[in-house]
Amino acid sequence: MIRFDNVAKRYATGHEGLSGVDLHLAPGEMAFITGHSGAGKSTLLKLIGLLERATRGQVWVNGRNLNKLSNRDVPYHRREVGMIFQDHRLLHDRTVFDNIALPLVVSGMGHAEVTRRVRAALDKVGLLKKEKVFPITLSGGEQQRVGIARALVSKPPVLLADEPTGNLDPDLSREIMELFMQFNQVGVTLLVATHDIDLVNRLGKRIISLRNGRIASDSGTDS
Amino acid sequence: MAKRTRQPGFKRNRNPVTWLLRHAQMSLSSLGRLSRSPLTTLMTATVIGIALALPSGLHLIVDNVRQLSSSWDGSASISLFLNQSVSDEQAEQVRATVAKRTDVAESRLISRSAALDEFRRLSGFGQAIELLDHNPLPPVVLVRPAATVQDADAVGRLAQELQAYREIDLAQVDLQWVERLGAITGTIERAVLILAALLAGAVLLIVGNTIRLEIQNRHSEIEIVKLVGGTDAFIRRPFLYEGLWYGLLGGAIALLLVLASLYLLDGPVERLAGLYESGFSLSVLDPLSLFGVLLGGPALGLTGAWLAVGRHLAEIQPE
Ligand SMILES: Nc1ncnc2c1ncn2[C@@H]1O[C@H](COP(=O)(O)OP(=O)(O)OP(=O)(O)O)[C@@H](O)[C@H]1O
Ligand SMILES: [Mg+2]
Repeated sequence: MIRFDNVAKRYATGHEGLSGVDLHLAPGEMAFITGHSGAGKSTLLKLIGLLERATRGQVWVNGRNLNKLSNRDVPYHRREVGMIFQDHRLLHDRTVFDNIALPLVVSGMGHAEVTRRVRAALDKVGLLKKEKVFPITLSGGEQQRVGIARALVSKPPVLLADEPTGNLDPDLSREIMELFMQFNQVGVTLLVATHDIDLVNRLGKRIISLRNGRIASDSGTDS
Repeated sequence: MAKRTRQPGFKRNRNPVTWLLRHAQMSLSSLGRLSRSPLTTLMTATVIGIALALPSGLHLIVDNVRQLSSSWDGSASISLFLNQSVSDEQAEQVRATVAKRTDVAESRLISRSAALDEFRRLSGFGQAIELLDHNPLPPVVLVRPAATVQDADAVGRLAQELQAYREIDLAQVDLQWVERLGAITGTIERAVLILAALLAGAVLLIVGNTIRLEIQNRHSEIEIVKLVGGTDAFIRRPFLYEGLWYGLLGGAIALLLVLASLYLLDGPVERLAGLYESGFSLSVLDPLSLFGVLLGGPALGLTGAWLAVGRHLAEIQPE
């Protein structure tokens, strides 16, 4: 589902965010990416969502070589990759419902289907009663769940999350992670970058550890 | 040989009905967005309206002046310079013949001696004339065309016919006033064209700048829409519609301004026309200006928005 072949990302500053990364994630697999600040976790996820392009090597997602996708194709690629961020990235002048509906609206889905899917996504993250409120009135954990609902509403085969629990207390963090485990059980491929090593150790999933832009250890290939 | 693998393509929505529906929704929501800040919208649209109204209003005035000058019979007269050999008696006969024509209203003979007197008085060459042993000036018949000979062309045709008379050497149309006016309106017409081009450029800049600010204001929204897979066309659309609406509103305001000015000018013009016993009245907006304002406005709005969007949308990328 996701494959990196000797991938490097050199930023315009000359700094290499990633160097020589080889990685393979099977369809339906779930993995955590850990590592110190500046290790390259966000860079790796950005390459998958085509927020950045690799400067060396090849990135494959969902059977496509991302190097060969033109800029015109990028939006269509992003519809197959749901992205979740630490800072939620919600639109504060739109209701929770409208925020979650956004990926469906941009793909031109009809109104009735949008409503049905948004309700289903709200149900999954436990926010059914909040569809008409504005995100600013929600707690941090609730806002994060709106962001998650938005990422999964279009049923993308791949979900990426960059420190989704960064600002949350341990209980909320565990809840969010359990939500991800549920998605993974229905076949979604998940890649989650996080600092929360204690939590991920307990979840028993594959852990990829980065150091200075290189893979330092990978429990998926170690064993 | 390298193995060639084809990339699996993306599904793209190409249903024309949903496409149309989305455009309709988008145009309405753009209008809704504009109506949520009515004062700003109105001010921008009014600036556009004034810029559009100026050239079309001026064009209208020039058009009317031209019509006025072509229907002006009071100033046209024809001077018939007779042959040198024609005596004053024969000249009187010529005058009488010309006066009988239906297309001549009035005629007056200036005999050779009268012409010489006038020349002496007006030219300042009196002394030089004394030196001549005979009068070098021909008799002249002044002709005022009948009211049926209305425009400059018809007067010219009459002069040509008169010049065919054996005794008449030269029939000179005295249309100076009308000709000058024609030259002036021609110049102003050209100036209006240049002004129109400049103001069209101004409208482009106004709309372009308004849309640029709008793009800046919605920076984070654009970023997020790109993040969830919105195409450039999808993101561009509301801004283009906004430009279109600005142009349409501006055009409508321009039309109102021109019509209001016509209404205000109508009274004085009628009084003026009455003084000159002319049946002239202001003509309403010609189809050219009407379409110029109603189609030119939206076209300029759309173009201005397009330029702004093309320049600034690509700069916004999610991180
Ligand atoms: N846009 C950029 N331009 C230049 N350098 C960048 C850019 N983005 C990231 N970097 C550099 O690349 C390296 C990896 O950054 P990245 O954001 O991937 O780290 P991270 O593992 O996500 O860190 P954190 O845990 O703090 O989020 C860092 O040294 C960073 O300074
Ligand atoms: Mg990071």
